[in-house]
Amino acid sequence: MAVTVRQQISARKRSTPRKLAWLIGNYILLVILAIFFLFPIVFMVVSSLKSNEEQLLSDLSSLKAFIPYGTISLGNYSGVFARLPFGQYMFNSVFIVTMIVVFGLFVNSLIAYALTRMNFPGRRLMLAVMIALIIVPFESIAVPLLLMVNNLPWFDGSTTWIDSYQVQIIPFIADAFSIFLFYQFFIGIPKELEEAALVDGASRFRMYWRLIVPLSRPVFATVAILQFLTHIGDFLWPLMVTTGDTFRPLMIGLQVFFGQQPRSWGEIMAFASMITIPILIVFLLFQRWFMQSVASTGIKG
Amino acid sequence: MSAETTITAEKARATSGKPRTTSWQRKEMLTAWTFLLPASLLLLIFLIIPFFMAIYFSFTNQTLIPGPIPTEFVGFRNFARLLQDDTFHRALLNNFLFGIIVVPVQTTFALSLAILANQKIRGIYVFRTIYFSPVVTTIAVISVVWSFLYNPDQGLINHFLKSISFGHIPNLQWLNDVHLALPAIIIMSIWQGVGFQMMIYLAGLQSIPDSLYEAARVDGAGRWKQFLNVTLPQLRNTTIFVVIATTILAFKLYTQVAIMTQGGPENATITSVYYLVQQGFSELHVGYASAIAVIFFLIVLVISILQRTIIKEEGQG
Repeated sequence: MAVTVRQQISARKRSTPRKLAWLIGNYILLVILAIFFLFPIVFMVVSSLKSNEEQLLSDLSSLKAFIPYGTISLGNYSGVFARLPFGQYMFNSVFIVTMIVVFGLFVNSLIAYALTRMNFPGRRLMLAVMIALIIVPFESIAVPLLLMVNNLPWFDGSTTWIDSYQVQIIPFIADAFSIFLFYQFFIGIPKELEEAALVDGASRFRMYWRLIVPLSRPVFATVAILQFLTHIGDFLWPLMVTTGDTFRPLMIGLQVFFGQQPRSWGEIMAFASMITIPILIVFLLFQRWFMQSVASTGIKG
Repeated sequence: MSAETTITAEKARATSGKPRTTSWQRKEMLTAWTFLLPASLLLLIFLIIPFFMAIYFSFTNQTLIPGPIPTEFVGFRNFARLLQDDTFHRALLNNFLFGIIVVPVQTTFALSLAILANQKIRGIYVFRTIYFSPVVTTIAVISVVWSFLYNPDQGLINHFLKSISFGHIPNLQWLNDVHLALPAIIIMSIWQGVGFQMMIYLAGLQSIPDSLYEAARVDGAGRWKQFLNVTLPQLRNTTIFVVIATTILAFKLYTQVAIMTQGGPENATITSVYYLVQQGFSELHVGYASAIAVIFFLIVLVISILQRTIIKEEGQG
C-alpha cells in the first residue's frame, strides 16, 4: 500500500514538466478556439458602440476593430430607435415566441400523456403518424400553408390571417418533435404513482397536472428551450406573412434595415446587438439547461 | 413496451370477475379524446393538410393569386419542367456541395471540440459555453454581421488575410465572387452550427463507460488506440445522427442565402428552398413551387429512412 502510493507520487513528479507543457498547450488551443468563436460577436458589440462611422470603418484594418475607444456612445442605438419601431419588433418577437412556447408546452404534453397512458382505439396508429410527421420539413409546406392562411377567417371579422399575430403563432403550437420528446420522458415515469391516484378517484387531468407535470420539469425545460431557439430565429415564414411593421418580428426588421441604403454599419451592428445580447443573457442564466436540451436531441433519431 | 400502457386498474376490474364499468371506460375515452384533440387538430390543419395540398398542387398550374388562367390539372408537367430547369439543377448542386463539405468538416470539428471540452480541467465550462454561444446567436444576425466581415473593401477578413500574408493575398470579393460566395457561406455556417454538434458529441462521450477505457489501458492501448478502438465505435450512433441531421440542414439552407446573397452572384448560392420560395412567393407559381417542395421532401425522406435503417441494423447486429 505504502509502496504503491510512493510509486504513484514519484511517477507524478517525473511526469510533471511534461504534464505542465501538455496543460499549457491545451489552454492555448482552447483560447485560440474561444477567440475564433467569439470574435464576430465581440466585433459586433464593439462596432455598435462607435458612433463615428468613419472611425468604425478605418479601425477595421487593425485590431482596433475590437477595442472600444474614440467616440464611444449609444448614438447608434438611439439612431436605430429613431429610424425604426424597434420596440414594436421586440415586443412582437417576444410575444410570438412566448405564446408558441406556453401553448405548445400545454398542448403537446397533453397529447403525449394520452398517447403514453390512456387506452383508446387508434393509439398505435396515432403514435406512428406523430413520428412520421417529425420528418416533414416546414419548408416543403410553406407555400400551400401561405395559400391557406391567406383565406382563413378570424374572430375580429377579417377574412385573412396575413399580417397578424395568430398567423405566426397558431401553426407552430403543435409540434411533432416536442410530442415525441414528451412521450419518451413520460414512458419512463413509473405507472404505480398514477394507479394509486386512480384508485383514490383522481381525474385524469388532475393526475396530469399534479403528478406528471411536476415530475417532468426537465423535459418541459428541454422543449421550451428548443422551441424558443427555433422560433426566435424564424425567418422564412414571417417574411411571407407580414407586410408592415405592426406584426413584424425582429429578424425581418433586421433584414429590412440591412437592405436600406445608405447603410450605416454602426446602426446595423447596434440592431444586431440588441437582438443578441438579451438572448445571450437568457442563455448564460440557463446555460446548463440549454446545453442539456441540445444534447438530448441527439440520443433519439 | 407500448402494449404495457394498458391501465392495470382496468385489468384488475376485468380479472376480478365483476362486469366492466362501461361508464368508467366511456369517461376515460372521452378524456383521452379531449387530451388528443387540440394538438391533433392543429397538426391536421397546419401540417397534414398543407402537405397534401403541396402534393396536389404539384400536379396543377395553381398560382398564389387567382389569375386569368383557371387552375387545372397538368399531370407531370411541373416535374418534367424541373428536369430541364438549369436553375433548379444549380440549386440542387449547391445543396449537394454545401452538404459534401459541411458534413465531414463540421462533424470532425465538432468531435474534436467535444473531446477538448470533455477534459476535466479548470475553467472548461467557460470554454464550452463560449463554443456554444454562436448557436444561440440567431442565424439572421450572424448573416448580417458576417456580411460586414466579408465586405471586400472594409471587411475585417480581407484586412486580416492581407496582414498575415504581408499583402500577398489580394482583396477577395467573397460574397460577390462566383467561386467564393458559397465557400463564404459554408465557413460561416460551420462557425455557427458546430457548437450544437459539439454538445451532442459531448453527451455521447460522457455516456461511454470508463470501464471500457480501463480495459483498453490494461491491454496496453495508448491514447490514439483508445480513441480508435473505444471512442469511435461507441460514438457510432451519435455520428450517424450528427451526419444525417447536418445533411438535412444542408438541404434546408435558406436564411443565410436570403440575407447575404439572394442566391447570387449568377445563382452561385441559390438553394432548393431559396428557389422554392422564389417560385412560390415572388413569382406566384404555386404549382411549380409545390413540385420543388415534393422533390425536396422526398430527398429529406430518403435521408431519414437511411438513418433509421443504419441504426436499426446496428441494434440487431
